[in-house]
Amino acid sequence: MTEYTERLLTETPRKDAADRLRLVWLVVIPLIAVLSQVYVPRFIPFLAYLELPLLITVHFALSSAGPIPALFYGMFIGLVQDSLSHQPIGMYGIVKTLVGYFAASVSMRFDVQNPVVTFVLAFFFYFFHQFFYWVLSRALLGEALGFDAQQTVIFGLLNAAVALPLFRVLDKLKVAR
Amino acid sequence: MDFFLSRYRHLTVLLIVITAQLLLIAYQVKTNKDIPLIRVWAVTAVTPVEQGLELVRRYTWGFVEDYFVLLGVRGQNERLRRENGQLKIENNYLKAELSTADRARALSVFQTRSPSRTVAARVIGNGTGANSKVVFVDRGSTSGVESGMAVVTPDGIVGKVVDAYPTASLVMLITDPTFAAGVVSQKNRVHGTLKGQGHAECLVDYVQNEEHVDIGEWFYTSGDDRIFPKGFPVGQVTAAPNGKTFKEIYVSPSGMQGGAEEVLIVLQGVHQEVPGGEVASPAYTILAPPTESAAQTPEGALQPGALVTDADRLRTIYKDAGIEQKHTYGEGVPGSKPPDFTKIPSVHGVPPPNAPAQSAAAQTQPARAQPAQARPSAPNPSAGNPSAGNPSAGKPAAPAPAKPKPLPSAAAAEGDDEPGSGTTPGQPSAPAPRKTPAPVVARPHPPAGVPASGAPDNQ
Repeated sequence: MTEYTERLLTETPRKDAADRLRLVWLVVIPLIAVLSQVYVPRFIPFLAYLELPLLITVHFALSSAGPIPALFYGMFIGLVQDSLSHQPIGMYGIVKTLVGYFAASVSMRFDVQNPVVTFVLAFFFYFFHQFFYWVLSRALLGEALGFDAQQTVIFGLLNAAVALPLFRVLDKLKVAR
Repeated sequence: MDFFLSRYRHLTVLLIVITAQLLLIAYQVKTNKDIPLIRVWAVTAVTPVEQGLELVRRYTWGFVEDYFVLLGVRGQNERLRRENGQLKIENNYLKAELSTADRARALSVFQTRSPSRTVAARVIGNGTGANSKVVFVDRGSTSGVESGMAVVTPDGIVGKVVDAYPTASLVMLITDPTFAAGVVSQKNRVHGTLKGQGHAECLVDYVQNEEHVDIGEWFYTSGDDRIFPKGFPVGQVTAAPNGKTFKEIYVSPSGMQGGAEEVLIVLQGVHQEVPGGEVASPAYTILAPPTESAAQTPEGALQPGALVTDADRLRTIYKDAGIEQKHTYGEGVPGSKPPDFTKIPSVHGVPPPNAPAQSAAAQTQPARAQPAQARPSAPNPSAGNPSAGNPSAGKPAAPAPAKPKPLPSAAAAEGDDEPGSGTTPGQPSAPAPRKTPAPVVARPHPPAGVPASGAPDNQ
């Protein structure tokens, strides 16, 4: 086991030392993320690949103290996102609930402040989010949607790339406990 | 429980949240059939369980239940079979009654409309001959039935009465091997003799191979046998191959279809026309009208080559005799001495003393000048039908219609002893007026012991 790997597994998790976001930010940031997902692609179509609500959820889960707050937070963001979509309310809620739960669970074991870990987790949860949403759409709604894995991987990488600076910015908004 | 919740608290909360959102989705979503998704899920989740339970029940309790149910099936099956048999019998009886009523009605209608005088009879039994096809009917001599009468149905001829008893009669069916009757085809007017074969089909015999008979063509009675009035249907041709001498025309009797139960005995038959049918080979040709010069020929002057009749020849003989005695026709006043025609050789067989020149014609003409005396004036009723016999053989000829020159086809049937040996339509013949035969059939009176058909009595 290399020193880097050992440090990843033994370093204190983020939640122990992390500061908490203010409650206002906890509400405003998801709203901004959802609204930006709604309005930005209208003017900059290229940015439609950005899944900011997902990245916010992952960031909150990775910095949260446990899975339960993370899953509720993911549920909240997902339901807001559902409310602005044409899909039944709950689809994104379920997916982001699971993302929040698993991200929070992962953050208990890894040094999520490492940029590589952050990049990988962001990519993984994006892929998981898209794939699970596709599964739910087929299973619950019976929609014959296609799943383009290659495109999903590319967008996952882009979102992971965006996640790195985004998480930095969000960390700046935290206040010490 | 507390241990489970405390240890898997996060997972429990996750499941609760996920389930809540699933229910939320199910509440919102409706399928294409407008059924809430939650109901679809519920039914989809429950029905497999129900199917499993039903499967278990069917192979456990259902099996036992079926066993007890099957115990009574045998008795029920037997009862239903008996009931089915009774219903079949009743159904057949009603069908027979209905058929009988239909036949009786058809018979009544036919009896009313037919110009022939008939009496209805019912078949009451069969004959006992091994090969004979005879039946007993419930009408006998007390009803006016006599031997030789025709027996028909609206569908066609059935047979003829061979013996008449006081209360019953014996009828020979047309399928009897000894039966014969004169028939004529509808389309081509081919005359022949219908003969029974002992089975379902009959044979029309004595039809030349050169005659044309179509499959499916109808044969009708020709009236030649003086038993069956002309115009009754006989049957349809099923096969008509050429034979060694005559055609072998097989006819399916129409009057015997389905068996004859109710029949009509023709007490006094009336000839009817054979229903329409084109005449394939005309029996005569219409000559062209006389020319204008012929019309201007002086009366009595026979043009060479003109058609000469017996009357013309007689007229010539008498005229010559008058000229010899210096008598001019049309100038003798009433009361004056008429010419002496007693020495006309053609009349008394004495050759005229001074008329050798009239010779050949005068000696041969008299024999031809009296055809009515030289030939039997009455057509032989069984002519063309040898097996039908001549019931009036040996008797004076029946009052015959004046038929100066029968048509070739009619001559073949009426004037010749050998069927088919008469003049064929293809042979030239002098045009002769056709006279309608006597409408009423002179019912034959065969001598005792001789069947009307002339065929040997099989009884």
